[in-house]
Amino acid sequence: MTVIIGLEIHCQLDTATKLFCGCSTDYRDDSPNSHTCPVCLGLPGSLPKINKKAVEYALRVAKALHCEVPQESEFARKNYFYPDLNKGFQITQYDRPLAVSGHLDIDGDDGEKRVRITRVHMEEDPGRLVHKGGADRPRYTLVDYNRAGIPLIEIVTEPDLRSPKEARKFLNKMRATLEYLGVFDSEKEGSLRVDANISIQGSERVEVKNITSYKGVEKALTFEVTRQRNAIRRGQKIVRETRHFVEARGVTTSSRSKEMEQDYRYFPEPDLRPLRVCDWADEIVIPELPDARKSRFIQDYNLSPTHAATLTGDWQIAEFYETLPPDLRTSTGTATWVADTLLGELNYRDMSIRHVPLQHFKEILIIRESGGVTDKGAVEVLRALLDQVKETGSCESPGACIERLGLKVLGTSEQGGENPVTSAAREAIEENPQAVEDFRKGRKEALNFLVGQVMKKTRGCAKPADVNRVLIDLLSGEV
Amino acid sequence: MITEKDTEHIAQLADIAIYREELAAFTSRFNEILEYFDILDTVEVMEDRNEKECNVLRDDEIVPSLPQERALANVKEQEEGFFKAPRVM
Amino acid sequence: MPGRSIEFHPDDRFFAFLRIIHNPQCGEGKLAGIPVAIKDNISTEGIETTCASRILAGYVPPYDATVVERIRREGAAIVGKTNMDEFGMGTTTENSAFGPTRNPADPSRVPGGSSGGSAAAIAGGLVPMALGTDTGGSIRCPAAFCGIVGLKPTYGRVSRYGLIAYANSLEQIGPMAGTVTDVNRLMGVIAGYDPRDSTSLDMPFRHEPDPDIRGVKIGVPEEFFGEGVDPRVASVVWDGISVLEKKGAEIITCRMPSMACALAAYYVTCTSEASSNLARFDGVRYGPAADSKKTWHESFQERRREGFGEEVRRRIMLGTFALSSGYYGKYYAKAQAARNNVRADFARLFREVDALAGPTMPTVAFRFGEKSDPLSMYLSDILTVPANLAGVPAISVPCGKVENLPVGLQITGCWMEDERVIDIAYAFEQGRSP
Repeated sequence: MTVIIGLEIHCQLDTATKLFCGCSTDYRDDSPNSHTCPVCLGLPGSLPKINKKAVEYALRVAKALHCEVPQESEFARKNYFYPDLNKGFQITQYDRPLAVSGHLDIDGDDGEKRVRITRVHMEEDPGRLVHKGGADRPRYTLVDYNRAGIPLIEIVTEPDLRSPKEARKFLNKMRATLEYLGVFDSEKEGSLRVDANISIQGSERVEVKNITSYKGVEKALTFEVTRQRNAIRRGQKIVRETRHFVEARGVTTSSRSKEMEQDYRYFPEPDLRPLRVCDWADEIVIPELPDARKSRFIQDYNLSPTHAATLTGDWQIAEFYETLPPDLRTSTGTATWVADTLLGELNYRDMSIRHVPLQHFKEILIIRESGGVTDKGAVEVLRALLDQVKETGSCESPGACIERLGLKVLGTSEQGGENPVTSAAREAIEENPQAVEDFRKGRKEALNFLVGQVMKKTRGCAKPADVNRVLIDLLSGEV
Repeated sequence: MITEKDTEHIAQLADIAIYREELAAFTSRFNEILEYFDILDTVEVMEDRNEKECNVLRDDEIVPSLPQERALANVKEQEEGFFKAPRVM
Repeated sequence: MPGRSIEFHPDDRFFAFLRIIHNPQCGEGKLAGIPVAIKDNISTEGIETTCASRILAGYVPPYDATVVERIRREGAAIVGKTNMDEFGMGTTTENSAFGPTRNPADPSRVPGGSSGGSAAAIAGGLVPMALGTDTGGSIRCPAAFCGIVGLKPTYGRVSRYGLIAYANSLEQIGPMAGTVTDVNRLMGVIAGYDPRDSTSLDMPFRHEPDPDIRGVKIGVPEEFFGEGVDPRVASVVWDGISVLEKKGAEIITCRMPSMACALAAYYVTCTSEASSNLARFDGVRYGPAADSKKTWHESFQERRREGFGEEVRRRIMLGTFALSSGYYGKYYAKAQAARNNVRADFARLFREVDALAGPTMPTVAFRFGEKSDPLSMYLSDILTVPANLAGVPAISVPCGKVENLPVGLQITGCWMEDERVIDIAYAFEQGRSP
């Protein structure tokens, strides 16, 4: 049973002001209804005026997705009644959108795949509702219009995706592309919303709304695929409907209200003038996009395709990587450190790469590369610093941390008295006569055991290679 | 020809309740007016070459918003800075 | 604004005003100390603005319309908000939720609409000037019925920011006064580019009326004197046109076939836009509160039934129907095409002539309750709507009487030629004076 999925992605464009008025878009930390004006409140007599930057950003997206930009496009009114829609209509684009017929190539289930983009258009975000009284006995609704009028871009795909996993990959690539274009900030809560259309070939299409996280997309679609497949196997007919995704429970539920087939009575927005932006679109210069950057990383920094993909799959991470000193960039150790270790530690702490103290991180890498701390020690330092940042917002320097935790790599040259590695090695030999004997009998594992003992004693501050050498010296020295 | 049922449907679409008593009169007047509109059937729809101005845009510059109290000044029901609306379900 | 003010205690026996400000501030400038009345669909900061509708009772805008800012800046004294047909929908001001205004020329008759209050305030001698709005004739009709001067500017010459929308693509705020000179003066203050209005044109208005119309070609379309026009009105208007001829204009008869569909195009367009514009009145942010014991939709539907008068509800439903799925092509799309024909017709005519002349209204002022049938009411707009459809300027100037009731002469001009239209009206006014 072939799965057929199409996505409708709404992203907030990262402009300073709203789509049709000069209210600041930086509303998230502020009290309700403090970022409004007659225009975005929809007060009688107010008139919209289009934000130039929003159009610029939308054109960048259109171009990056290889879309055609028709000669003329216009805004239209989508008429319906809901408390979050204070004018009783949403200003959007209907039959004359900004851009059409593009594509985004992704790494699909069966290799590289081209996902067609039907259209890209602009519209305003409605306000935010807070339902009071619980789902079972709702009492009233509170409304905050700070979000009303935020510029959105809607990207609609053809039903080209064939699995929830492909959908997730598509979404990740789209997110990365939007970030690379500098038009979107994925860390802002609610800045991306996805509606999905999913069907099993031969059955009716179901729309799933209200998916607000990337992980949510795969979950929602996986649930739906299972639900639909089970229903079909049981001989049930799939009802064409709209379902809501409930993230907390990982399920989709049927909308309780009997939603009349909505007639939005679209007509061109009479308060706005059309857009003729082909020439403008031509002039837009697209920055380097994820695929190009990935190729460049592979070529210039000698990275493996896997590392390159991870490091370029997120704009922040790619930028971060390229601030590292050039010689570090080309080292596999560094790539592994950033792509695997750092991202792993960040993920575990639910932290964003933005929180990584860049200078300090570079220092850790440098110290590690020059042997001032072992790999294990470096991980300990990283963890300590990240924990500090997570707790207090700042952290000590790597050097201070290393001192504090006693992680300085023990050199094997004399430092006034016998050096700690040698001492530890002697101790290990003394404490483990059986192992020494085994070693003399030719058992290599015995040496590893002794190395382990020394590492324990030196709390990982000694380089394994050094320990090896010192032990062998001592063991062969002793007769 | 619009029937009374159609009138009710249009009222639903427009989210305006209509009084029972008005339905018949409303419907007949509606029909009179729609009949008058039929003259539009004779009009040929051609490509709209009305050269309107285009690309009327503004810069992405912040203009101070209304303070919260002024945004809420015209309501009697508010809660902690939110507008209060009837429950949606 | 520094502290000058005036005293304003009118005898408003015609009920021109919904709200009077007895001690308004004023200042220096082109309108220094002049009492100006403002139609109640224009936003005035701190002053209740209702569009003569219950659904906006108590609404106090937190901002001034651009035109209000401008007249304030020129020192005018804003003395009150005038009565109108609810949301601008009507031709008689009988559709006000707060009671009709009476025509000072004959109080048993309507003053015209929808800017009936503004017209009556001027005709009744309460104020010299007022702002009105004109969507399908709403400045010119009451000007004609009350015997004053009213101008509908070229679409886009006066900012709509702050005008509570009825039909966005058709309406304009315009000046009304007892004389063409005062209309010109008020126009000079309110007209001009406004960056907040995306339909605003950058065409400043700086004009002194010039009565010299020698050589000006004035067309008179046959359709302006069609069968709906009262022959006595026609006669008075022809007399008026001969005054223009005596002043040196060349009168040329012509035809305007697009008039046949103009009224239908107008009513489809304005009701469609209105159905959308009036969707925002839900009692959540302003106006009488929504009943929170009900659900959203129940509350919303009831609020609209209680708060809107019958004509408003009718037009909202007409517009909803015209835009609805399956009907858009038949109505709205066709209306826009008919509109294009009107524009093209005007363009063609204005290649031959400089302006058009005819009656503003097909009859004199009706008696109260005379036009109880909506369609017959709509038909009386037939002569005024073409100018709105095409966005061209048009003025009504008093040109005589029929049984003591004023008759208006309408001059329609080419797009952007408001100055010319004013000049012709001025020439007429001067030519008439004894």
